[in-house]
Amino acid sequence: MKNEIKISAKGVQVFYADKHAIKNVDVEIKDKTVTAFIGPSGCGKSTFLRSLNRMNDTINTCRVEGEILLDGQNIYDPEVDPVQLRAKVGMVFQKPNPFPKSIYDNVAYGPRIHGLSQSKTELDEIVEMALRRGALWEEVKDRLSEPGTGLSGGQQQRLCIARAIATQPEVLLMDEPCSALDPIATAQIEELINDLKENFCVVIVTHSMQQAARVSNKTAFFHLGDLVEYGDTEELFIKPIDPRTESYISGKIG
Amino acid sequence: MAGTTLLLVGVVLVVVVVFTSSYRVSYLVTDNYKSLNSRIHYYGMFGLLCTGLPVLIIYLLWWLLIPFYFEASVVESLINSLEISPDENLSLLVGQIEIIRDTFLSADLSKKSEVLNQNGKINYEVVASLYDSVNQPFDPETRPLLFQVGYDLWLLEKNTNNTFHLVLFIMMAGVASVYIFKVNPRFKARYYVENIVLGILIAAAGIAIITTLGIVVSMLFETFKFFELHDWKDFFFGYTWAPNFHGDSEMSILPLLFGTLYISIFALFVAVPVGLFSAIYLAEYATSYTRSIVKPMLEVLAGIPTIVYGLFALITFGPFLRDFFGNGGAFGVNWMSDARSVATAGTVMGMMLIPFVSSLSDDIINAVPQSLRDGSYGLGATQSETIRLVILPAALPGIVGAILLAASRAIGETMIVVLGAGAIAKFSGNPLEAMTTITTRIVSQLTGDGDFNSPETLVAFALGLSLFLITLVLNVIALYVVRKYREQYD
Repeated sequence: MKNEIKISAKGVQVFYADKHAIKNVDVEIKDKTVTAFIGPSGCGKSTFLRSLNRMNDTINTCRVEGEILLDGQNIYDPEVDPVQLRAKVGMVFQKPNPFPKSIYDNVAYGPRIHGLSQSKTELDEIVEMALRRGALWEEVKDRLSEPGTGLSGGQQQRLCIARAIATQPEVLLMDEPCSALDPIATAQIEELINDLKENFCVVIVTHSMQQAARVSNKTAFFHLGDLVEYGDTEELFIKPIDPRTESYISGKIG
Repeated sequence: MAGTTLLLVGVVLVVVVVFTSSYRVSYLVTDNYKSLNSRIHYYGMFGLLCTGLPVLIIYLLWWLLIPFYFEASVVESLINSLEISPDENLSLLVGQIEIIRDTFLSADLSKKSEVLNQNGKINYEVVASLYDSVNQPFDPETRPLLFQVGYDLWLLEKNTNNTFHLVLFIMMAGVASVYIFKVNPRFKARYYVENIVLGILIAAAGIAIITTLGIVVSMLFETFKFFELHDWKDFFFGYTWAPNFHGDSEMSILPLLFGTLYISIFALFVAVPVGLFSAIYLAEYATSYTRSIVKPMLEVLAGIPTIVYGLFALITFGPFLRDFFGNGGAFGVNWMSDARSVATAGTVMGMMLIPFVSSLSDDIINAVPQSLRDGSYGLGATQSETIRLVILPAALPGIVGAILLAASRAIGETMIVVLGAGAIAKFSGNPLEAMTTITTRIVSQLTGDGDFNSPETLVAFALGLSLFLITLVLNVIALYVVRKYREQYD
């Protein structure tokens, strides 16, 4: 099972109105693996990530061409319901965005919408499981009814991860999940990401090359909308093939 | 010195101060502007403010306060004349005298010295011709005393004002010359100018507060007068609204308050669902193109004067309702006798409130951060689930605030209810019956020949003050709720 191809992108192009944000990207993302997208600001890595669960559909001017296959099924096929797709491909955002509800209701949001539980006890179990996997259970188990917005930044982000896990997705997309957090909270999230790959296909966009090196198995380097280089993280950082990758990881561009 | 002359001279003086002070500073500074505290134009600006501003303030205060002095002097000379009996209405006489004074003013009396004859008495023929020259009807029955006092008042005002203008000019010139001769490059002109500007801004903000206080105080006075003449227990706890002019009126606010609240709640039942749903559509579903058309149209609706809504209620919507519910109507029932009713006024008032509720709710829904929507979509929620489960709960306190603001507008609304609600004060549950509100009763008690000393007229102020307090409380709660909500995302 391990290292099976989960997502396969073929000739993906993304446009914002007239701007060509992603140019002809081909990439294969493996299951039970952490894949990092790195690159300078504006290189299109977040855009590409958002096209993996069709979050770009919510932007009117955005247009995606090419194919993105999830388990062999093109997610841009008219047959596919983007809402169901997003339940399978969860997402964690740059800024922690807990809903102004209790911690419990935050985590229970997805399961309730998708009807994942038959009873209150079952829902309780899902919430506990998700919070445990999100490494937050011990900290919040006594105050599940308090508002999620009252937690610290790092806790809020772990709550958002737990919220995504509770929906029981297959893929977890993370858009710079640590950029708004301090180093301690960042370390906790990174540790969590490491655990998550046991169960999920994790794709993370990051600004920090150290973070990519620490948490990911595979790394893709984007530059000006092109996928410049994609390979095992260690190899990409130690002996990059493309000169642009080398200049970026050695700090000459970006 | 006349007012216009003072104005011209003052403007010239200010211009002179601005230019000479800036010139003097740039002349005094020798080290290539290094020792200059502020940039040159600040010195000119300070000159403008220190010569112009105090004069302006004193002038305004003068015009606010001096009429009281003039009136006091008129009253005094009336009493001293010994011609006035104690039971005469002094304020009526003062009013007549002021009209005489105004006639003299507009006839430019100073050019006609023959108004007084040799022994210092008024020359009637001249006065009559004066009246003629400004097309003011001359009443030969008017008492000579009034002309005498009116003339004295005119003379007194003229002399006082001339002296005042002269003093003001001397003061202005004094300040100007002191500034021009004292100003030097080390003077912190920028600092002072900015502080003066700050003061002006604070004063502007203060005017709004002072106005509110002024309104409350003036209402309070009249309300106290009312409660001296009328039992407060009847006003607050009576059942009947039946003012008459025999001195035994029953005037209770309760039936009026009932009508007001009934119509307002009716209006909110129309305005809140429609306004809220249109806000949800505009904020969440509409494309920017649709939005750019629909939103301005809603705002046009908000700009229609309420009297126009009132006309619509009276001549279109009310008869329309009666055609259905009235005698011989389409439903074959006889529930509605008049076009004017709670339903007529309430529905039309609700239409008036739709843009108000809609645009406030639209702002509040838009203020819900996009990140919450993304979070919900990212979990596989549909747009409608996101709106129901995330956006509306997050926006709820703000929406409640908007509804309360709409409610306070509904309670204070006048023209629609004057035309659409009727004039019968009663407690009734039937929305198809005519009912009356606090605002319509204020209008009817104050229109026509009112004697401002009878309780039937003064009750309007007690009603007005009660209305003010009700809407004030509603607004305070609404603002509190809205502000509390705002804090969540800032």
